[in-house]
Amino acid sequence: MSYDDWELVCGLEIHAQLKTKSKMFSPDSGDFGAGDNVNTHPVTLGMPGCLPVPNKQAIEYSVKTGLALNCTIRNTSVFSRKNYYYPDLPKGYQISQFDKPLCEEGFVEFKLGDEKKRVRIERAHMEEDAGKSTHHGEYTLINLNRAGVPLLEIVSRPDIRSAEEAAEYARAVRKILRYIEVCDGNLEEGSMRCDCNVSVRKKGDEKLGTRCEIKNVNSFRFVQKAIEYETQRQIDVLESGGKIVQQTRLYDSAANKTFAMRDKEDAHDYRYFPEPDMLPVELTEEYISKVESTLCELPDARVKRFMAEYELPEYDSLILTQERDLADYYEAVAKASNNPKASSNWIMGELLRELNEHELDYSAIPIKAENFAKLIQLIDNKTISGKIAKTVFQELWKKDQDPEDIVKAKGLVQITDEGAIEKVIDEIINANPGQVEQYRGGKNKLFGFFVGQAMKATKGQANPEIVNKILKSKLDG
Amino acid sequence: MEILKTSMTELKQHIDNGDVSCEAVTSAFLEQTKKHNTELNAYITINENAIEQAHELDKRHKAGEKLGKLGGIPIAVKDLLCTRGIRTTAGSKMLHNFVPPYSSTVTEKMDEEDAIVLGKTNLDEFAMGSSNETSYFGPVKNPWDTTRVPGGSSGGSAAAVAARMAPAAIGTDTGGSIRQPSSFTGIVGVKPTYGRVSRFGITAFASSLDQAGPMANNVKDAALLLEAISGRDGQDATSANLPVPNWVESINTNVAGKTVGLLKECFEDGAMTDEVRKVVDNSLNILKDLGVKFKEVSVPAIDTAVPIYYLIATSEASSNLARYDGVRFGHRANFDEIPAENIAEFYARTRAEGFGEEVKRRIMMGAFSLSSGYYDAYYDKACRVRALLRKQYLEALEGCELLFGPVTTSTAFKIGERIDDPIEMYNNDIFTTGCNLAGLPGMSVPAGFSSEGLPVGVQLIGRHFEEQNLFDFGQALEDELKLSEVPSVL
Repeated sequence: MSYDDWELVCGLEIHAQLKTKSKMFSPDSGDFGAGDNVNTHPVTLGMPGCLPVPNKQAIEYSVKTGLALNCTIRNTSVFSRKNYYYPDLPKGYQISQFDKPLCEEGFVEFKLGDEKKRVRIERAHMEEDAGKSTHHGEYTLINLNRAGVPLLEIVSRPDIRSAEEAAEYARAVRKILRYIEVCDGNLEEGSMRCDCNVSVRKKGDEKLGTRCEIKNVNSFRFVQKAIEYETQRQIDVLESGGKIVQQTRLYDSAANKTFAMRDKEDAHDYRYFPEPDMLPVELTEEYISKVESTLCELPDARVKRFMAEYELPEYDSLILTQERDLADYYEAVAKASNNPKASSNWIMGELLRELNEHELDYSAIPIKAENFAKLIQLIDNKTISGKIAKTVFQELWKKDQDPEDIVKAKGLVQITDEGAIEKVIDEIINANPGQVEQYRGGKNKLFGFFVGQAMKATKGQANPEIVNKILKSKLDG
Repeated sequence: MEILKTSMTELKQHIDNGDVSCEAVTSAFLEQTKKHNTELNAYITINENAIEQAHELDKRHKAGEKLGKLGGIPIAVKDLLCTRGIRTTAGSKMLHNFVPPYSSTVTEKMDEEDAIVLGKTNLDEFAMGSSNETSYFGPVKNPWDTTRVPGGSSGGSAAAVAARMAPAAIGTDTGGSIRQPSSFTGIVGVKPTYGRVSRFGITAFASSLDQAGPMANNVKDAALLLEAISGRDGQDATSANLPVPNWVESINTNVAGKTVGLLKECFEDGAMTDEVRKVVDNSLNILKDLGVKFKEVSVPAIDTAVPIYYLIATSEASSNLARYDGVRFGHRANFDEIPAENIAEFYARTRAEGFGEEVKRRIMMGAFSLSSGYYDAYYDKACRVRALLRKQYLEALEGCELLFGPVTTSTAFKIGERIDDPIEMYNNDIFTTGCNLAGLPGMSVPAGFSSEGLPVGVQLIGRHFEEQNLFDFGQALEDELKLSEVPSVL
């Protein structure tokens, strides 16, 4: 047997923190940045008699997400209590959804290389987050700012067959969450967290193998690496005649290993039961349609539209639609410049390079779309050359302004006056009789030398086409 | 005017007219409390600022301000309701030191109507009990016979009102905790429709059953107090979005021609003691004389009410009481000398010390009924029977204004008599738990006395949000019965 005889079966549970003003069931803010234990309303602290009141915005965001993930939205969904003791869980139970989750049976589609993949969503349910414990040997500190923050847990079917596919699926979900602006999808800060359910089976087997859950993986790269490691580990165990023990594992990114956190034998009996402090969440079809009408165009649809409307290659469309802000920016530039392909080239080239270099978000592009569009128009109407345009772009990056002003101030206007160019070329020909002779003797490569000289003499401002034309006629003629 | 013998409604009028000051009223009840609390143990905590608050109200009143609905009336509040700045114990060692930084909506509304919290009354620990014997702060005694229990869990509130240590009180009722002690102490007690009164800030026992309500010396006082504390609350997702009627103004004692249902199951032989039966029959005859038509109705599932109730209430309680873990507030075991090995031991020692026996018993029963493998057979089945019971109650209430019957099977029992027999104690709730399970409003009205001179109440059960019928019939009975006996302790 070898590695190739085995098949990975994987599903992800993604916890997305919803960007609501207040917590899931209490009026305090869910802002992480606040000082320790600042966002601690009595409801958050689980004080006697304090009651949860569901956050309408969180429900709306959850419905929106469910719709974006192609889920069915339940007209009646029920909050349940998941009972367990932990010091950062103030009430001794987490309010979650159990047998009647808000969203069911959806799917996400994405590209993996050239292949189109579809991962089905089993359910997405609303719940509240716990607080944060930090262990310091003798003692543990608890910060309850995060306790009660609304989460949507998105549970996939075990449709994933490779570690790379898992990471790509997670990226696709993140992209959607960010598009519809319900979650900022920041894995490092924990506003999006991934649990990976991993099992292996022999290729061709119908039956699922025993699974392990890798909890709280905090980057897409680690999702891939953790699953790769865990797959190999499970195959090694099985190949050497062992059995997989169902357990919860953690991923140590420094060692690139997963290790056991707890076995199934230690598993809690959560004693789920319907939350008696709240009535079921009843949503009318009218409400759901209303939320649906607020959905923006989703990434997949946008890729298709970019290809059709702007005649962009799929590659360009995929890159430009990575984030809603970037796609919006592209569209603004493309429309204003009336040159979609050039807009794509400039954004994917110069702009993305600068953004990466300065580690800036797409929401923080320092050049107004209209100015960027003007730059492209200046090339198109031959006011400046493409080369000069790069200089103008650099100026524009430093200070957002009308690119025409830069061109004027710096005297960068392209020289299209044939008489003026001819004069320059005559001077060059006269100054370089040797090269002229060599060229005429068959050294064609020297043509570039003359072009270079002409551009140098005009500080790059001469229209290259005119330079070429005149040079040709003078040298060849 | 003798303040202690004057009803709350009349006191309010005298205060409004300037016949008496708020301070004088509060002082009178405080005096009475000082006189009797050592013996009766009705209060756990007296509000030290009560006099000052009364004084402030007098100042506002003198300045020409019209005081609220309960202007200047001191009211006793069951120590299950959180009161900002006033210790709130829930009758438990677990919260013996807990001073909430917030107030329950009920006490907040009382404050808006210019009432004064006179003190916090004793109760069974976390409202779990029918005799007030499970309190960490000791049992409450019945003012009519101090060897007997006042009932529970709102026993402190009942005793305080009966012994005129407050003109009225707030209680809570999860399975009869307002109505049963009201019956045992000869006062009026109302459990409103579930959702009528906000549960925010009331230490939860069983969330789907708990309701706070008024306990008073007469029907009108109870109606007035209920008006003040009812209404939609954004902090309680189960509170009903309905307007609060003017019950007091609308009281209509002309009940002639109206139909009242008699639950067959409550009147079976042996359902109640002969002493209770005599009083119940008397009231029934009075209502007949007033022209009320009676109709036999049936709730066949009523014999399941007590077991269903104890499954649901304990299940919810096992979860509701998980928050008392010694981490953030309340009692924490002393780990200075013997540190906890791990977090589980931290919880175990704290909770073993903080909770009393009955509370532990109920947490264990509830955790069991919710646990995997038993859920379907216990909690879930109980919920399904509950739905059936509710349906049967609603059917029984079709075509009649309300149901009439006993509150309890017997009069107040002796302290210590039943405490070692939980089943016997639980069975005491047979007539009261149905209301809570079905969410219906119920009232206990004083209806007479046993041969030993112990009070007996009758129970009126209305349709959802139709408390008015309870007040109409209760007032009619009160007017006819003209009970004037006072507890022996006075």
